[in-house]
Amino acid sequence: MATFVVRRLIASIFVLLAATFLMYNLVAFSGDPLEDLRTSNAPNKEQLIESRTRLLNLDVAPPLRYFIWFFGVLRLDFGISVQGRDVNAMLEQAIGSTLQLVTIATVLAIILGLIVGITTALRQYSGYDYTVTFISFLFFSLPIFWVAVLLKQYIAIGFNDFLQDDPQLPVWLIALLSAASGLLWASIIPGALKRKITTFVIAVGATVSILVIMNLVDWFTVPGLTIIGVSIAAIGAAVGFTLLITGLQNRRALRAALVTAGIGLAVYFPFQYYVSFFITEWWMLILLGLATVGVSLLVGRLMGGHDRGPIMRITAFTGVVTALAILLDRFMIVWDDYASSGRIRGRPIATIGSSTPGLEGSLWVDGVDIYTHLLLPTIALILISFATYTRYSRASLLEVMNQDYIRTARAKGLNERTVVVRHAFRNALIPIATIVAFDVGGIVGGAVITETVFGWTGMGQLFINGLNQVDPNPVMAFFVVVGGLAILFNLIADLAYAALDPRIRVS
Amino acid sequence: MTTTSTPQPGDANSGVTDAENSIELKEVEGLSQGQIVRRRFFRHRGAVVSMVVLAIIVVLAFSAVGFDFAVFDLAIKTAGWWQWTWTSIPTPQNGGAPTLSLIPEFLGGDGIRFGDHPFGQDEIGRDTFAVVMRGTQQSIVIMIVVGLIATAIGTVIGAIAGYYRGWVDSVLMRFTDIIITIPLIVIGAVLGLAFGRLGAFVLAIIIGLFTWTGLARLVRAEVLSLREREFVDAARVAGASDRRIIFKHILPNAVGVIIVNTTLLMAAAILLETGLSFLGYGVQAPDTSLGVIISQNQAAFATRPWLFWWPGVFIIAIALCINFIGDGLRDAFDPRQKRLPNARKLAKMRTETLNRASTVVPSRGAGMQAGGTAVGGAGRGFFADAPDESDRGSGSTGGDADGGPSRNS
Repeated sequence: MATFVVRRLIASIFVLLAATFLMYNLVAFSGDPLEDLRTSNAPNKEQLIESRTRLLNLDVAPPLRYFIWFFGVLRLDFGISVQGRDVNAMLEQAIGSTLQLVTIATVLAIILGLIVGITTALRQYSGYDYTVTFISFLFFSLPIFWVAVLLKQYIAIGFNDFLQDDPQLPVWLIALLSAASGLLWASIIPGALKRKITTFVIAVGATVSILVIMNLVDWFTVPGLTIIGVSIAAIGAAVGFTLLITGLQNRRALRAALVTAGIGLAVYFPFQYYVSFFITEWWMLILLGLATVGVSLLVGRLMGGHDRGPIMRITAFTGVVTALAILLDRFMIVWDDYASSGRIRGRPIATIGSSTPGLEGSLWVDGVDIYTHLLLPTIALILISFATYTRYSRASLLEVMNQDYIRTARAKGLNERTVVVRHAFRNALIPIATIVAFDVGGIVGGAVITETVFGWTGMGQLFINGLNQVDPNPVMAFFVVVGGLAILFNLIADLAYAALDPRIRVS
Repeated sequence: MTTTSTPQPGDANSGVTDAENSIELKEVEGLSQGQIVRRRFFRHRGAVVSMVVLAIIVVLAFSAVGFDFAVFDLAIKTAGWWQWTWTSIPTPQNGGAPTLSLIPEFLGGDGIRFGDHPFGQDEIGRDTFAVVMRGTQQSIVIMIVVGLIATAIGTVIGAIAGYYRGWVDSVLMRFTDIIITIPLIVIGAVLGLAFGRLGAFVLAIIIGLFTWTGLARLVRAEVLSLREREFVDAARVAGASDRRIIFKHILPNAVGVIIVNTTLLMAAAILLETGLSFLGYGVQAPDTSLGVIISQNQAAFATRPWLFWWPGVFIIAIALCINFIGDGLRDAFDPRQKRLPNARKLAKMRTETLNRASTVVPSRGAGMQAGGTAVGGAGRGFFADAPDESDRGSGSTGGDADGGPSRNS
């Protein structure tokens, strides 16, 4: 094991060295870094050229200049850019901004892709499966720059227009959404025709009533979940996770989950109207999140009896969902203040940039600001990567469902939930885990095109700007970080596979 | 389990029941490998529709405005049937709005007509249809060239690495790793900046030189397992050279992997090309491509949305068609991806096989007895719960054709 890791790492380092050498020369030979100075009319042109040449060692041929750069990198110094800025500082700022952009999109795409992939695999060759297959192929074929323009036009500008005066959902939209939700639930939930019709009617009824209530309470101007919405989310999570993980007949589990949800609801009012005013830094929220998980696990442990493991998992998931609902509600409380503030002027969804310049507000207002800026690029990124995860998880689960041990599990009389969740799903996750590990490695590389279209100054911009100015240093900083992480996570993916699947040995 | 699913050598890992298997087998009886693949492919409706749509797009794009390609000094130029070329600048009519109308008069529309500028015109009057056709040509040429080059390089490198193993494999795969470490969009941008102005053809060659890595890895894995098979040994014993073994014996068996991944690679290539052109590193300004059109017109979306919709629609149509064809090919080539017969067909087959089984079981039982006396001794199957089933089966030979016991497999 250790020798495997060491040998792989050494090989990877040589691969990365060769790749950087190739890359450095490609960038350096792609143009003339002095072009803007040569064509300028500055009186001290010669002097400027000479100073830049000296600063960046332009008088050394690129293959040799690579080694100057290389020994700098060994001292963790990525050099300076054409404008004389410190590349290390640029890199630091770019990584932060890119992580903010891509992390949420990746996490959401993975969760959504898994859910959709698994449901399609369980309903293979149904209308739902065909629809999702078509949609994921369609998303897979979308050029992201094209989607971005559409999103800006219809989601951002359209939604902002909608918010302008007395936003009320039109009847046709309510009808459309309700029918869509009815069809979705009816095709996912199994059963005979009669049961499908019941499901359809319930889903349509629920959607219509939610949307009508939203219209009545002027939800789009003053959004909020209130204690009612949070309760529905919390109790729904408690029941749902119990149903999935242990089944509802396990009363102990259901009780533990409901107690967790109850604790969450009990802290709703104190948190919303007292505690939250003292939260001024993001790390405080993270601490609270950890505390939530801790308390939930404790409830599961105390109430779990002899079968603690799955019950602790249920309470932890329930606790996290409840906490997220409360958090979402807290952000919604400041929405109206945010949307009508002087800088936003009633058009909250942003089409460009990563934050509103000059916006001063509490942590909660900042959070909403981040949300409005993240919305469009996140949707665009999810649309693109969602397809891959759906296809992979579908194929993976189908492969597992055809295995003999699933037949064995069915033959010994296990119910469908246990077969799917405990026997099939866990094994289907193994190949997906490696894909996810690999993708996480690619996160920092970010989305060059997305960043360009939405005006984010992240890693993609660092690369593009460097390339346009024939400036190898920022490009190489980008490349070393991205390539290094790709290699590292590739290794982690292999090790994770070996750890999860005992049939695979690394040696 | 049905009576017929007593374990037989060979189907231990199949994961499908015999009833499904026999439907599958019956369908492919007496057909060659190529016929089976073709038949499976044409059963994939999405793939067939995609192929027709793609063919229409290709014919339309290349006939409408004619070829105009210059590879280094060799120039090919033909005229098209469309009244405008993509460089001609007619006077703008009606603000450049599209004249295409597809709603017939009896539905309250203007009737079906194409008009002078079906896709509209841009601000200086260029005909959008001609420009989009030109862009489509470029994208298709790039897609095909990238597909050919990447497939050729990837197959050869993968096959050599997998066949010779040892240090050849190490060197070639480390080389592949070097290329794979650099994100495609990055290397595309760096190279596009240098070679983009040489035209779509050169750009395609450059992209092709760097997109073969995934295919090389897959082909290597396939060759690694194929080279251990008996037919390779047989060929070697018969005195075939390495080159002959690789190209005549191994690669034809890996053709499924190669073709499927080539199509996916081509779909990725078209998106890469449009993305690069959008960023300004692909096809350069006097010439045009679908990405360039969108990039030039994205600010005009509010005033002239057709400049933006049509190139996008063509990108999506081409990529979608290729992806569906790839999916159809994967289904056709991959024997593991069995399409489950629908419930009615399966039920019918099951009663049929039960009938047949009931006549077969006695003889099979005898076979067991002969071969398996050491295990059970009795003239029964391996399973403890099998006997009463097979007894009942053999007792009612030809009896209940319709009322056969229906069980879940």
